[in-house]
Amino acid sequence: MKTGYVSFRAVRRIGLATIGAAVFGIVVLRISTAVAQKQGAATDKIKESTYAALAEAPERARQRKNPFEGDPQAVAAGGKLFQQHCVECHGEKAGGTSKAPSLLREEVQASTPGALFWILTNGVVRRGMPVWSKLPEQQRWQIVTFLQSLKPQSLKPQSLDSQSGNNER
Amino acid sequence: MGTHIISKLIRQKFPGFIPILLILLLLLCSSSLSSVWAQESPYIVTYNHYLEEPGNLEVEYFSTFGTQRGGNDFHAFWTEFEYGATAWWTTELYVDGQTTFNDSTVFTGFRLEHRFRLLQREHLVNPVLYVEYEQITGADKILKEIEGHDGESDLADSNAALRKKHKHELELKLLLSSNFKGWNVAANPMVTKNLLPSEPWEFAYAIGTSRPLALKASPNRCNFCLENFAAGVEMYGGLGNAQSAGLHDTSHYLAPVVAWNLPSDWTLRLSSGFGLNDNSHRLLLRWGISHEFSGFGEAVRRLFGGRP
Repeated sequence: MKTGYVSFRAVRRIGLATIGAAVFGIVVLRISTAVAQKQGAATDKIKESTYAALAEAPERARQRKNPFEGDPQAVAAGGKLFQQHCVECHGEKAGGTSKAPSLLREEVQASTPGALFWILTNGVVRRGMPVWSKLPEQQRWQIVTFLQSLKPQSLKPQSLDSQSGNNER
Repeated sequence: MGTHIISKLIRQKFPGFIPILLILLLLLCSSSLSSVWAQESPYIVTYNHYLEEPGNLEVEYFSTFGTQRGGNDFHAFWTEFEYGATAWWTTELYVDGQTTFNDSTVFTGFRLEHRFRLLQREHLVNPVLYVEYEQITGADKILKEIEGHDGESDLADSNAALRKKHKHELELKLLLSSNFKGWNVAANPMVTKNLLPSEPWEFAYAIGTSRPLALKASPNRCNFCLENFAAGVEMYGGLGNAQSAGLHDTSHYLAPVVAWNLPSDWTLRLSSGFGLNDNSHRLLLRWGISHEFSGFGEAVRRLFGGRP
């Protein structure tokens, strides 16, 4: 009888843990889906506001000089870091995806290195871009060097619809 | 008879078997997902302010080998499923178990954890709010949080005796973290409340500092580049409870930590924690392995017919 009681308790605990985990998973996915759908409905606005976040960089941050400017080694290292951390959202060739905007647009390419560094450091958390200050400062500058080595897609801002048509993912 | 065999199987095999099975299942299910190179800190106990990237799932397995005076040494293990719900909210599920040598292997409970980024931008000190609910037994030995007057002697009993104690706890932490010249410094003050009304609030802390071995990235993809390694040290322990706060009858650990972020998207962590007083286990040897999957949230949404 005692064994039966113990086995029932063990099974009940595991059952409760499984149900709890399932309920928890469903709640998290429901909420994050709702957030994503809300964001998805306003993707264009998000992309615009992400570009607009570049303008929020303080003047002092904007004026910072890139210590690796023009350094081909830094471009290569920045490209490697971009592949490791950024392609997931910005696409293989930085052309943008449904998750994040193109980095070839004029808004980005015409920005100062300091402004790009500031965005990388602070992210645009409310729009889904995480902060990247977990990368050392030198690595963030290497990514900036790589971004500024890319060929601009167009010197004039395109419509966001045509931009999203070029998405790679 | 059938129930008895199943019960025996679950009790003996569940803790070691299920986490590994879950990882294998997840790896199989997520074979269509791309993985992503994670730049993980080496901390095992301390948290810094970085959250999981939105939509990504990180699966982590950790082991702790602990020495035990007045009892049997043990190997405790836990699996973490960490999901970036948004850029400011990360949620996590832990499943814990342990093997006490010359005794038994037991499933010891689960934990649900949420971390909320409180400020949108980076500051000198960056705060993150941590909320955790845990439902574990007294046999839980992962020692990820040393609270109140926790000490080595609490775990000296047999698993059968320890499992009779149940903890339903709420934990609150303030994760404070700062970066300076490549160094990260993190401090986690913590309060814990067993949800039984008779139990007092308990206090604890964890602090840590770490740094990548190289701050500049090399141009080539490499396994052994210094930039792939991070090293540091963490210290953690209890600070008493609401009825008797302070350092008396508490345990504390100092643990050098190292992480190796592999270009193949895996991260390995090692830590050897040394007990700093007589209440502490002499040695807590920990290691962990983790893998990060990008696009997990999108894949699940697609599975249920949601828009990507």
